[in-house]
Amino acid sequence: MNKTVNQKAWFFVIPVFVLVAFNAIIPLMTVVNYAFQETFGNNVFMWEGTRWFKQIMLSERFHASLGRQFLFTFIILFIQIPLGIAIALTMPKEGIGVPVCLVLMSMPLLIPWNVVGAMWNIFALPDIGFLGHSLNALGFDYNFTQQIGDAWFTTILMDVWHWTSLVVLLSYAGLRSIQPAYYQAAEIDGASRWAIFTKIELPKMKKVLTIAILLRFMDSFMIYTEPFVLTGGGPGNATAFLSIDLVKMALGQFDLGPAAAMSLIYFFIVLLVCWVFYTLMMRNEEKS
Amino acid sequence: MAKVTLKGLSHSYLKTQSSDADWAIREVDIDWNDGGAYALLGPSGCGKTTLLNIISGLITPTKGDILFDDKIISGLSPVERNIAQIFQFPVIYDTMKVYDNLAFPLRNRKIPEEEIKVKVHEIAEMLELSSTLNNRASGLTADGKQKISLGRGLVRSDVNAIMFDEPLTVIDPHLKWILRSKLKELHQKINRTMIYVTHDQTEALTFADQVVVMHEGQIVQTGTPVDLFEKPKHTFVGYFIGSPGMNVLPCQIKGNDVIVNGKKVETHQQIKKNNFNKTEVGVRPEFISFSNEGIPVKVLSVSNTGRHKIVDTESESGKIKIIAKSNEDIPSGSAFLKFKKEYTYTYGDSWIIE
Repeated sequence: MNKTVNQKAWFFVIPVFVLVAFNAIIPLMTVVNYAFQETFGNNVFMWEGTRWFKQIMLSERFHASLGRQFLFTFIILFIQIPLGIAIALTMPKEGIGVPVCLVLMSMPLLIPWNVVGAMWNIFALPDIGFLGHSLNALGFDYNFTQQIGDAWFTTILMDVWHWTSLVVLLSYAGLRSIQPAYYQAAEIDGASRWAIFTKIELPKMKKVLTIAILLRFMDSFMIYTEPFVLTGGGPGNATAFLSIDLVKMALGQFDLGPAAAMSLIYFFIVLLVCWVFYTLMMRNEEKS
Repeated sequence: MAKVTLKGLSHSYLKTQSSDADWAIREVDIDWNDGGAYALLGPSGCGKTTLLNIISGLITPTKGDILFDDKIISGLSPVERNIAQIFQFPVIYDTMKVYDNLAFPLRNRKIPEEEIKVKVHEIAEMLELSSTLNNRASGLTADGKQKISLGRGLVRSDVNAIMFDEPLTVIDPHLKWILRSKLKELHQKINRTMIYVTHDQTEALTFADQVVVMHEGQIVQTGTPVDLFEKPKHTFVGYFIGSPGMNVLPCQIKGNDVIVNGKKVETHQQIKKNNFNKTEVGVRPEFISFSNEGIPVKVLSVSNTGRHKIVDTESESGKIKIIAKSNEDIPSGSAFLKFKKEYTYTYGDSWIIE
């Protein structure tokens, strides 16, 4: 295809560039600014080079919150992806059940994140919350505000409740797009239900599942509002994931330099994982 | 291998049926011999795929019975019926190699690996897939994939029948021809009942010994390719088969005489009764010639296909196509047509009068 060269066309890019500059580039540059300098206010800055980066990379506190973050993300992916697929498989394929299920499934996704946190906080309160009270009445010693295990359990349960629907909806869309001939052929070939799942459904769902995993990875890796409202990062620092820890450092302690360095590192981890994931996905795509 | 019999088969996709149009299949009776090659021919939406899926057990018919070797099998699943079916679009298992794709139906039936190996290699040889056995199936071209689908259908040696649902739709024309002859060859080699659904008359006529022509959910004629060509039992068969199709002209019946455009026409049959709403005369373009007397027409155009000439003419009661030899002189302006008596039929309400 012959492309026409018209440098004036760049003017059309200006509005987008201005918008992106204001909502992304300029704030990011501010963070970069803080990450390499020390400030005592009044717009006085001193150059610190890579000192904050070294400090963060070596800090045990950062290692701990990064570890917690990865653990949390892996646990919820491990639960939500298989659970989402399983629910999608059992959803009705035609009739009135379809819209009913789709609407019910979408409900948790429509609730504002801080409301989700607040709901679960009240729901799980050991003395008056339905969940907390019932668990205690059943003989479990449950208190998510004081026990680390309970805090994690509640946070994970909340995230599973909030986000599994996304995986369900994506998987369901993937399943519905499989041609009936595949099922008919499998039936004639005498394939078992398990073989149909592993040889037809899973391979055909590959694309939507990749998207689902990518979205769930990013969202859970950047999670802030829900655990902040539910546990506030506690007890102690037990559920202080990266974002929570970052906000504590930046706004609680006002350590702007290290906080800026930490946000950049955080940003690069997310970017790196997404890039690796995307490249792998595209490479598989080319192969087939 | 089995004889396939359908008795009073009707199917509707609707819960309640009020008119004929609500039925996808209406009152179909078929007797197919063991080891025959049959084709179901008809335009899109005539019910041929529905009929095929009923035979294979993917659809349960609303009414009627299916028998294999005189045993009713209507309630059985596709696996229990032990049939193979090849679909319009290639169905392959993406993640498996070509070999595993072909072995899949056998493995599901717990056949020992050594036996599978022999079978798969035999089929791969026949379909010229041997060199790609270790490739991933998803990397193949459309016709390679369709060969795998065919292979999975043919790999089991004990199937009662093999069904083909327009299997060559996605294949390039020249490969189509090769695969079609391959299927014919396979049929002679393995001698199994094969049922082939298509809307392509060439495919049906070259593949099958017996062709079943369907129209709006009904069987309009069953017969050899020659029968269908020389004696269409329904005007639909007349113009669906043949290129160009049969000329169908309105006519009047007076006593024993058939009158077209005021001229008496000799037809194959003796007319004994005349209680139809609509009567027509049908004659194929191959069986019409120019003459000094007969039906007066105006010659509209002549197109030369190389092998023969197709002449478009217009008579008082409609257009008539004629196939003439390529060296024949075609009169211009007005002319007269003569129909060959043996191949000219009278139809009452679209069905042949006998």
